[in-house]
Amino acid sequence: MLRIQNLKSYYGRLQALRGISLHVGKGEIVTLIGANGAGKSTILNTVAGLVSQSEGKILLDGKDIRGLPAEKIVKRGVALVPEGRQLFAPMTVADNLALGAYLRHRNGSKAELEQDAEMVFGLFPVLKERRKQLAGTLSGGEQQMLAIGRALMSRPCLLLLDEPSMGLAPKMADEIFRTIVRLKQQGVTILLVEQNARMALEVAEQGYVIETGQVVVQGPSADLLRNHDVERAYLGKGYEKVWE
Amino acid sequence: MHSFSITLQYIFTGIAVGSIYAMVALGFNIIYNCTGIINFAQGEFVMLGGMFMITLTTTWKLPSLVAFPIAVALVVLVGVGFERIAIHPLKSPSVLVLIMITIAGSILIKGVAMFAWGKEPCYLPHFSSETPINFLGATILPQNLWILGCLAAVVIVLAWFFNRTLVGKAMRACAHNRDAARLVGINVKQMVTLSFALSAAIGAVAGIVITPIILMDYQRGAMLALKGFGAAILGGLGSGPGAVVAGLLIGVLESLGAGYISSHYKDAIALVVLLGVLFIRPAGLLGSAEIQRLKKF
Repeated sequence: MLRIQNLKSYYGRLQALRGISLHVGKGEIVTLIGANGAGKSTILNTVAGLVSQSEGKILLDGKDIRGLPAEKIVKRGVALVPEGRQLFAPMTVADNLALGAYLRHRNGSKAELEQDAEMVFGLFPVLKERRKQLAGTLSGGEQQMLAIGRALMSRPCLLLLDEPSMGLAPKMADEIFRTIVRLKQQGVTILLVEQNARMALEVAEQGYVIETGQVVVQGPSADLLRNHDVERAYLGKGYEKVWE
Repeated sequence: MHSFSITLQYIFTGIAVGSIYAMVALGFNIIYNCTGIINFAQGEFVMLGGMFMITLTTTWKLPSLVAFPIAVALVVLVGVGFERIAIHPLKSPSVLVLIMITIAGSILIKGVAMFAWGKEPCYLPHFSSETPINFLGATILPQNLWILGCLAAVVIVLAWFFNRTLVGKAMRACAHNRDAARLVGINVKQMVTLSFALSAAIGAVAGIVITPIILMDYQRGAMLALKGFGAAILGGLGSGPGAVVAGLLIGVLESLGAGYISSHYKDAIALVVLLGVLFIRPAGLLGSAEIQRLKKF
């Protein structure tokens, strides 16, 4: 579904990605893990069209979408849930969702949009209660739900999630991850960037470990969970084994 | 004349002029919200509105009701054309470059207007009768009521547009978070063009209704823009209600100042008040300090 080949991204003269290649199969959850500043978010932002300087190929169903502006990429069915939610804070929950379906208002029927909003409310019932509330007044977890809901309103086939559990209470993070699994069951392909490497690897089929803009380890997530290097560096245990 | 009625008279005059400042300030805010820049050609939109209206009604002899929308449409055309030619093609311009472009645009429009209409102030008849209406000892020109009515109409239309329509909400989304707006598929550049169209339209309306009172010449726009800019800042840059409140306030203060102190200091009074307020509340009357911190200027 998504195939990235030798992707290099730059912020001005700073090179953030040094030739990333990865593959996300249809209906899969693929996760990118790595330390802060490794370039995980840059990968998602480049795919979504927010990074203007890049080289290489980003193939979506075989067609190169690299270099297209963000608003055209949403049209192709790729939706990014950005880091830090990036909601329209002074607008209501309902408005945020309506704007999520911005491109579909012209041709999509009203009933269809309402149905999708109901689908989002089905995933996150709390949003339905808060429909008239301003997005900025929601709790962190609710904001994350709204951010995911807004992205879903564009009916994406590929969902890019940037640190959905960031800053959330463990219980809330669990709920977000359960939703991710449910979305996958509904046929959405997901590329997930996470700090919480263990949780991410547990829901994902494939994992990539990113370090300083490069892929250093890749493979089925079950293998990554058992890999000693990955365990030590990102899963936060296994120190004893090394010391012994 | 009773001193109460004199004060009332000054206030009426102030509200009329203030309504114009408010409309100009709204125009500044719409473009500011969408692009983060101050469009210094805003005053020229006001001037062009008046000038087109004069040409349409006196040279072409069109009835006011027909000429009004045509004049507004012509100014919108100028606004959109200016944006498309000078701002749209730039890839990722800095705020400073954009502001310089609007200043250049303002000078250019002024120059062309001078050639087209000459240097003499042009006259436009009042919309309805010129007989003042008596009210508690003070008088109101019917034209002043037209001005107030236009401000009310502009405010209602804008409120409806930004709160009820999807395109309006999309424009607010751009103002609030540009990247997030792009991520839901909003074409930010289109929104910028639209913001210029809207601002030009509001400027044109202001220019058309004020012309019968102040007359219009090619450089009259600059002073109105300066006052409107003051109102936008005073109200809190980007705040719609702030623009209206501050516009009316500056108009009234100016009028009271001219009446009770000296009309020579008329312009200074408004600006001194502006400075005073900004010392105490840098974000403006209705601006939020939190948003202020995120702004480029």
